[in-house]
Amino acid sequence: MVHPNETAQTRITVNGVTCDVPAGRSVAAALLAVGIRKLRESPRAGGPRGAFCMMGVCQECVVHIDGHLRQACMVPVMPGLSIKLGAGTPAVDTLGAGTLGAGAT
Amino acid sequence: MAAATCAALHGAGVVLLDENAVPGGQVYRAAVPGVSGAPGPDARVGDRLRAALLASGAEVRSGQRVWALGGGPLVAPGAAPAPYRVDACTDAATATIEARSLIVCAGAHERIVPFAGWTLPGVMGLAAATILLKSQAVLPGTRTVVAGIGPLLAAVAAGILAKGGRVVGVVDLASRTDWLRQLPTLAERPPLLARGAGWLARIVSAGLPLLSGHRIVRALGADVVDAVEVAPLTGGVTRRLDCDALCVGHGLVPAIEATLLYRAEHVFDRARGGWVPVLDGSQRSTVPLLYAAGDGAGVAGAAAAPLAGEIAALAALADLGLLGTADAEQAIAVRRGARSRPARVGAAMSAMMAPPGDLVDRIPPDCVVCRCEDVTRAEIETAVDVGARDLNQLKHFTRCGMGPCQGRMCGEAAAELLARRVGSREAVGTWTARVPLRPVPMAALLDRFDYADIPIPAPAPI
Repeated sequence: MVHPNETAQTRITVNGVTCDVPAGRSVAAALLAVGIRKLRESPRAGGPRGAFCMMGVCQECVVHIDGHLRQACMVPVMPGLSIKLGAGTPAVDTLGAGTLGAGAT
Repeated sequence: MAAATCAALHGAGVVLLDENAVPGGQVYRAAVPGVSGAPGPDARVGDRLRAALLASGAEVRSGQRVWALGGGPLVAPGAAPAPYRVDACTDAATATIEARSLIVCAGAHERIVPFAGWTLPGVMGLAAATILLKSQAVLPGTRTVVAGIGPLLAAVAAGILAKGGRVVGVVDLASRTDWLRQLPTLAERPPLLARGAGWLARIVSAGLPLLSGHRIVRALGADVVDAVEVAPLTGGVTRRLDCDALCVGHGLVPAIEATLLYRAEHVFDRARGGWVPVLDGSQRSTVPLLYAAGDGAGVAGAAAAPLAGEIAALAALADLGLLGTADAEQAIAVRRGARSRPARVGAAMSAMMAPPGDLVDRIPPDCVVCRCEDVTRAEIETAVDVGARDLNQLKHFTRCGMGPCQGRMCGEAAAELLARRVGSREAVGTWTARVPLRPVPMAALLDRFDYADIPIPAPAPI
C-alpha cells in the first residue's frame, strides 16, 4: 500500500514484534502501510478504532510510543521505536505476509 | 505563514507557533523529504510561502501545541486589557509568550456525518486520505471506496489512481446537475477547473463505478472495514462494494476554539462552514488586537488564505502604530481586491462540500455520534427528551463532547440533531471553550516540585 518505488525501511517493534515499516512516515501511516489498521478499542463500548483524521484532531490513533501516549499520526517513525497497541488488537505476528508494493492484494 | 511574514517584514517582532513539524497546515503541507516525491502544485505554493517566512525575520516555533490562552480581554471587570498570553508546549515542556496582538490561523477540520460502521478502522476522512497521498506516499488501502461530497472526492480518487492504487467505487452525494451548476464559478479559476477536469478524466478512464447521488448506508466489518453498502439518495437498491478502506468527507468546519476562548463574537454561517468569528473587512475580530485569517475564520479556500493573513497583519501593524493607517489601508485594499476571486471560488467549493440536510436525519438511533465516549444518536435524543436544550447541556447529560477530541468530531452532528429539536443552530450554540485547547501531556506542564514547597495556610480559628 506504499508507492511501488519505495524501498527505505525502518525497524520498529509493535506489541513486542519486530517489523519493518516504510521510513520517514508518521507512525499511523507506516502501520497502515504494513496492514495494521486497528490501533485500539474505544473505552466505553470496546469498539475497534484506528487512525481517522491523520491530522491530530480525532485522537483515535493514540497509542503507546516508547512508553508515552501519543497520536500516531503526529509522530514520525524512528529506528527502534517501540509501539504498544491497545488491548485486544489481533496478534501482530500475522504481519510479514507483505502488503507492500504494486500488485499486492 | 503569510501573516507572520508580512508583519515581520514591516519590522514587528513576530513569533509563529505551529503544531506541525514544518509550517503549512493541511493544504500547503510540506513534502516529507525522501518520501513524498515531486511536490505538487499546492506543495510548491507552500514552499514559496515557507521560503518567504524563513527570510522574513519572524521567529518560527514548530511542534508547538497551543494549549492555553489568556490575557487580552480576559481580565477582571473594569481592568485594562492585558497583553495576550499564549502557552504552547512540546511533549516535554511548556513555555509562555506575551504579545501585544494575536493573529489566529487555526484552519479547519473535516466534517463527517456519522453513518453505521463509520468508526471501523480503515474508515478515514477525505482530508486524511489527502495527507496520506500527498505527504506520506501511503495508499489508504488496496481496494478503496471514496465517498462524500465536493471537490476533495475527485481529488482523492484521482490521487489514489495516480499512485497506482485501486479505487473500487466513487460514491458521490452530489448529482451531476449539482456539479454543472457550480461550473461557472469554478471557471473563474482556470487552473482549478483544469485540475478538476484532470481528476474527472482519470476517474472516468479508469472505468470504475462512479455512483452519483448515492450515500453510504453502512460500513461493514468485524475489526476493520471490509465492505460498504451504498444506495441512491432517492431510494432504491442497496449495492455492496468490497473494500479495505473507505475515505469519506462532508466538508470543512472552521476551528474557532481560540476566538471563542477570548469571547469574540461569532455568527453561524452555513456557507462558510458553520460558526465563524465576526470580522470586519480587515480580519479584525470584535476583541481589540485579536485577528483571524484563513479557513479558521470561515472556509474560503487555500488560495484566499495567505491574502487574508497579510490583511490581518497589516491591520495589526496599523493598530499597534507600527504602520501608518493610510499606508495600511492602501495595502489592505490591494489584497482585498486580489482576494475576492479566490475567496468567491473557495466559498463555492465550500458550498459544494456541504452535505444534503437529511444526511443527519438518516443517522440510525444506535449509531455512535460521539466517537470518544460512544454516545449514540438515541442517547442524544433521550437527553433532549429529558431537557437538554443546548450543546453544553447535552455534554453534561451524556458526556458527548467530553472526550479527547473535545467535541471536534461529533460537534457538528450533535448540534444538527439538537437543532432539529430546539429550533436552530443559534439556539444550540457552541461548546464552551475551555483550556486546554488540546490534550497535552501532564509531564509537559508540570515542573519538579516537593510537597514541602506548597504553602499550607494556618487553619481557621474554631
